[in-house]
Amino acid sequence: MRRSNPPTPDEIGGLVEAARDGDREAFDHLVSQTYVETYSLAYRLTGDEEDARDVVQESYLRAYRGLRRFRGDAQFSTWLYRITANCASTHLGRRSRHRHDELDDELPDERVGGPGNPEAAVEAGALRDRLQVALGDLPPRLRAVVVLRDVYDLPHEAIAAELGISVSAAKVRLHRARRRLREDLFAGSADGRDDGFDESEAGARAV
Amino acid sequence: MRSDTLPTCDEVADALSGAADGALSLDPPARRHVEHCLRCQAEAAQYRRMLRTLRSLRADLAEPAPGLLDDLLGALDESARRRRARLTGRRAAYVGGLAAATAAGVSGVIVLASRGRRRLPLAG
Repeated sequence: MRRSNPPTPDEIGGLVEAARDGDREAFDHLVSQTYVETYSLAYRLTGDEEDARDVVQESYLRAYRGLRRFRGDAQFSTWLYRITANCASTHLGRRSRHRHDELDDELPDERVGGPGNPEAAVEAGALRDRLQVALGDLPPRLRAVVVLRDVYDLPHEAIAAELGISVSAAKVRLHRARRRLREDLFAGSADGRDDGFDESEAGARAV
Repeated sequence: MRSDTLPTCDEVADALSGAADGALSLDPPARRHVEHCLRCQAEAAQYRRMLRTLRSLRADLAEPAPGLLDDLLGALDESARRRRARLTGRRAAYVGGLAAATAAGVSGVIVLASRGRRRLPLAG
């Protein structure tokens, strides 16, 4: 991961307009300006380089075909995030006929790459690094929602539509994802809620 | 007792994760609970820190393997080429269809004409 140096909105806007008028070179330029970010989102959603590449390719094909339907008042990046989210969902859904890892999968907890080792994570240093690890540890269907909402700022309605779930399901997942992330991040710290599952104790303390 | 009506930490915990980004606000009983509960205050602070950090992740970019851009542009070219081929194919089918329809029409006229001719001797 490296820090980005994103193109200005004006640059993007001009390219989008030209591409919509059929300027293929402008679209190519648009791809070259945005593909690293699109890939980063796809990688976050799929957790796999190969899948991320496939998703990015499918996303740009669909973006190109659907460019005329893109309304100029929406942000191009947001539009592209939505397409990417939808492609990732479809891609993983298709794949999960063989493996249990689709975004909408009710089977939890395929722990990808993440150590369930708080000490190691704390040693890794910054909250940001620990958060990356904690995100990788979330089941894909929870990770997708928190990544799209809290990292990429998509509205609930958009997330629900692209993942093919209801808005209330999206909210429930976001809520659960945030809770698990927080518990992962701050478990063991002095002020962490490490007894959060003991209702009787929590209730007793409250009164 | 006012505390009898206050929610428990666990009940408040549900609301804290939604309130952290300002999307939801805590209802008054929950807020009163948090005002008096250091643990929930700490938890709310953790959510805020976490959400700030999550937002900052967007600028962290993954490094795609080299060649991805070329692959993407190549796939776009390929798709455009296939589309053109399909369109051309459709046009050919359309023209072919027209020709066939015309041929059918012509042969129909011939059949009618020949029938007409055949009838003539009978009438005569």
